[in-house]
Amino acid sequence: MRYLVSVIDDRSDPDSTDRRPAISAFNERLIAEGHWVFAGGLADTDAATVVDNRGEQPVFSDGPFVESKEYLAGVWVWEAPDLDVALKLAAEASKICHRKIEVRPFL
Amino acid sequence: MSEAEEAVIRAHHDEWARVVAALTRRFGDLDIAEEAAAEAFATAVERWRADGVPPNPGAWLTTTANRKAIDRIRRESRRDDKHREARMTYDDLPEPVGAIDDDRLRLIFTCCHPALAVEARVALTLRMVGGLTVPEIARAFLVRATTMEQRITRAKAKIKAARIPYRMPSADDLPARVSGVLAVLFLVYNEGYLASGPGTDPVRHDLTTEAIRLTRLIRALLPQDGEVAGLLALMLLTEARRTARVSANGELVPLDEQDRGAWDAELIAEGHRLVRERLAAAAAGVAPGRYQILAAINAVHTSARDIRDTDWSQILALYDRLVRLDPSPIIALNRAIAVAELDGPEVALAIVDRLAEVLACYHAYHATRADLLRRLGRSRQSHAAYDRAIDLAGNTGETAYLTRRRDQLR
Repeated sequence: MRYLVSVIDDRSDPDSTDRRPAISAFNERLIAEGHWVFAGGLADTDAATVVDNRGEQPVFSDGPFVESKEYLAGVWVWEAPDLDVALKLAAEASKICHRKIEVRPFL
Repeated sequence: MSEAEEAVIRAHHDEWARVVAALTRRFGDLDIAEEAAAEAFATAVERWRADGVPPNPGAWLTTTANRKAIDRIRRESRRDDKHREARMTYDDLPEPVGAIDDDRLRLIFTCCHPALAVEARVALTLRMVGGLTVPEIARAFLVRATTMEQRITRAKAKIKAARIPYRMPSADDLPARVSGVLAVLFLVYNEGYLASGPGTDPVRHDLTTEAIRLTRLIRALLPQDGEVAGLLALMLLTEARRTARVSANGELVPLDEQDRGAWDAELIAEGHRLVRERLAAAAAGVAPGRYQILAAINAVHTSARDIRDTDWSQILALYDRLVRLDPSPIIALNRAIAVAELDGPEVALAIVDRLAEVLACYHAYHATRADLLRRLGRSRQSHAAYDRAIDLAGNTGETAYLTRRRDQLR
């Protein structure tokens, strides 16, 4: 079973700790335990472009598709046998990234 | 009622959860399990009337439900092969050592999974484990049957899509997960005990009874768990006072005015037995949780034949322990009531007033304050506090009681 694991940020907690070493170690563990499928941090939402080609011609617009206080800072894709396993890992991930985490199953 | 009808009702009471649980385990799908179980019971009504009650009704129902489920899967797999693939089969992981192997327990843990919304947990538990029908649950929570149906359908869909497992939690997770289950059952009980909404009966006997029945089931499945015993004792000792708690004209009767002769001695004896069992465990060094302490407080109340015999210092000592465990303002409010009995209403009022900000919208805060002010002879302030309590109280019996007390003020 695959889960999309989203790291949610809201800029409310300016915190200078460098979390990258801990996240790398966590990623190593995900790989070793067979949960790791994909991971990536995302550039700021300012760098996003929305494309809409449902009409006559493509329309490009600057910015994220939805403006909100909370935004996606990064994603993982995990392989896990069930939600309990995914939630346990997500609880660790939330601690390590110091961010909220959304766990959502793929179809 | 015919013998067959009685047998079906009895079997529904005793076997529903077992049938649903066994089917969920076999087919890995709550929806199929629920529907097949319901069909099996419907078939039993007809067949038992015609052919007589089978020697083992539980086995008959499980076999029949299994057949119904297989029929449905065959129908669906012809129609949609993908559907079959999507169905989950669980329990590929080994069981934690020492856990009790009972499908009903798995079913309860799945229905009370923390990834589901609380209302969904309550609804699902009452449907899947309790066997209440959707319209019954809808009535109990004052929502439309279609709304309740959607809530249950959505919860089942999430269980399937997100793969919420059907198994015993690991030993590490067990205490937290058990306390999640107990919270659901306590919520059901409280909704029955202090039913909200205008035009509803002050006490919803159907819900309190169901909550007790399900807690008894958990108690049978997890006999070593102190908090399970504590919650069951708490419910029994509360239920024992049920009839004395509401007057003939539907008004709530507070503890100090209740006819103690009308309390249910059998329930009290059972509750006291459980509390004694937990006291022995506490003496052996097992720290009691909040339900056990609440049960002990209720045991002290129900031990007094007359309100004047109440051992308030013991009640206060128990509240002091509870506050350390659960620093919620509601506990602090209830503790203040014991303080009033020991140190007088003035001391208690000072404690209550400190809770003003956090409990401003809680009717019991204003009701407690109104009573303390009344005892201090501060009628005008008491009147205002009763007004506020009446505005906020959702329970018809409670509103009637508070209105009478207010109108008796001089």
